[in-house]
Amino acid sequence: MKRVLGLTIGVALFGAGAVHAQGTLEAVQKKGFVQCGVNVGLAGFSQPDSRGAWKGLDVDMCRAIAAAVFGDATKVRYTPTTAVQRFPALQSGEVDVLARNTTWTVTRDSSLGFNFVGVNYYDGQGFMVPKKLNIKSAKQLNGATVCVQPGTTTELNLSDYFRANRMTFKPVVIGKLEEVLNAYYAGRCDVFTTDVSGLVSTRGSRPNPADHVILPEVISKEPLGPAVRHGDDRWFDIVKWSLYAMIEAEEMGLTSKNIDQQAASKDPAVQRFIGATGDFGKMLGVDNKWSFNIIKQVGNYGESFEANLTPLGFERGINQLWTKGGILYAPPLR
Amino acid sequence: MSAVLRRTPALPGPLEWARVNLFSSVPNALLTLLSLYLLWKYVPPFVSWALLDAVWQAPSSKACREAAGAGACWAFIGEKHRFILFGTYPFEEHWRPGVSILLFLALYAVSAMRRFWTPWLVLAWLAGLTLIGMLMWGGVFGLRYVENERWGGLVLTLLLATFGIAFAFPLSIVLALGRRSEMPVVRAVCVIYIELIRGVPLISMLFMASVMMPLFLPSGVTVDKLLRAQTALILFAAAYLAEVVRGGLQAIPRGQYEAAEALGLSFAKRTALVILPQALKISIPPLVNTFIGLFKDTSLVVIIGLFDLLLALKTALNEPAWSGIGVEAYLFASLVYFVFCYAMSQYSQRLERDLARGPTARALKDT
Repeated sequence: MKRVLGLTIGVALFGAGAVHAQGTLEAVQKKGFVQCGVNVGLAGFSQPDSRGAWKGLDVDMCRAIAAAVFGDATKVRYTPTTAVQRFPALQSGEVDVLARNTTWTVTRDSSLGFNFVGVNYYDGQGFMVPKKLNIKSAKQLNGATVCVQPGTTTELNLSDYFRANRMTFKPVVIGKLEEVLNAYYAGRCDVFTTDVSGLVSTRGSRPNPADHVILPEVISKEPLGPAVRHGDDRWFDIVKWSLYAMIEAEEMGLTSKNIDQQAASKDPAVQRFIGATGDFGKMLGVDNKWSFNIIKQVGNYGESFEANLTPLGFERGINQLWTKGGILYAPPLR
Repeated sequence: MSAVLRRTPALPGPLEWARVNLFSSVPNALLTLLSLYLLWKYVPPFVSWALLDAVWQAPSSKACREAAGAGACWAFIGEKHRFILFGTYPFEEHWRPGVSILLFLALYAVSAMRRFWTPWLVLAWLAGLTLIGMLMWGGVFGLRYVENERWGGLVLTLLLATFGIAFAFPLSIVLALGRRSEMPVVRAVCVIYIELIRGVPLISMLFMASVMMPLFLPSGVTVDKLLRAQTALILFAAAYLAEVVRGGLQAIPRGQYEAAEALGLSFAKRTALVILPQALKISIPPLVNTFIGLFKDTSLVVIIGLFDLLLALKTALNEPAWSGIGVEAYLFASLVYFVFCYAMSQYSQRLERDLARGPTARALKDT
């Protein structure tokens, strides 16, 4: 019995074969799909719908990469990863790219051996209070009871912020999200704190969203973005420019619906974007129509945002183009 | 026997029955009243919540939100049952895991009947599992290939549990025999294995398999996530089962071993024909106990992101439109788990009774 088991494991070991002997791009092209690490379930970012199909902003990032590499956004396989699994999964080569609402920090960028290609959602920790308390600013929260989940940077940011502003607070620390929310909605605490994206989706999912306000102060920077492994610049470039192509397309007004018509326009920038002129695809090591395929099949950043996050009550905020008062800024495609 | 029955009144009236069974003494009467009060207090509200005021069908979660607190939202199950049962498996291909579940159930049913306990059963299992594999993976007979990352829901739970039991059980017999072996090295290996694995929680085994193992492998070599989790489950269950089997082995009187030896049987024959049948028979209750435990332990794969029944359910609850409808969802999951575990336990009891009437028991009575 043991021998059979050993044999099974052995076959699986060597049957899986060497995936990363060459560059990631070649390996991905050879196997025919992008293996994308996503969140197990985070509404708006990566979440299977009732039919079991993955949807979300991070999922669209995966699809964009597949569209760039294969010209087919469906050539993605998703590996749902939990918070502890995500980094080993990328390090070991189990996934080719990690698009899992992961905060870009110096530790992760250096010692963990990753490269963050950019930011596809600027998040940050905020506060939500019941409207009836009539609080307008986090500076008024002195002495408040705060509901918070333990073990994350959220708790540390919270105490740092209150200490820096010479205020005190009483923490109500509860591990499970659902329970900490129940505590807040039952009035056990005055304030609930987590990332603003979390506050928005929570507020939208409970009755009477208008009874709760999210305070303007954002007390931490949580830039979420896709990451790849160190040491493969070509793959890094492809993932990075897949993201930038989506942002650039929004700035140029190219959408999945109008890109076919726009392709006929004489605008040299559009001609470059769709790959009619310039050899950007070739420079990246993919088809020249890579950016056209991304926009045609996945859509630009704004479309993805509207499809996935707007229904949950998210506002663009700082995740708006730099031309419209946000901080999304893609280097030029030329 | 029948004479004794005839002496009691043939049909005692309900009042008489109540007096004897419910109000035989003052404490009993008090307990009965208390139970009735609790039933009256909790059953009607539950029935009206679960059945009368429940929202059975709704195009969106809005109707459920309006009924919040008053009635259950079974519309959630209606909307999400396919995701809960089949996970992220491609929607149009759901009949394939569906048929696989039926095949699993058929295999369980056939294996439960003793008249099918022939070598053919092994073949039936091999054929059944091959068929399930072909259905789930596809790639043959025009079926679309579906990678096993997309397997999920109930079929994944059954898969993990079935393979877990099928591989862990034989392994555990080897371990139990090894632990009682007179060869010191074999014994030491088995003792170390059992004690080491039993000393570690299953969660940490799963973490090891899913997080640590890939890092130790040479770069580029990956082992499938499902296979890693399955292996961890098998190794874990085998250690527990080994101790159960060893308990059975120890309960066999020394005389049985000696008698078998006196007949000149080889070790293999002694073990397979004399010792194990008796040892396994007396260990049925703890064995089934461990099987049931393993079946439910499969839900721990949530922590490594495998979409088993429970994680599929939790993910369905994550969707903001339906979040907060947890009670109904978990009731549904409990029901599914209960059906399987209760079936296992009922079957084990029947098997015990059958085996007690079996040829050995008869043979003993005849002498």
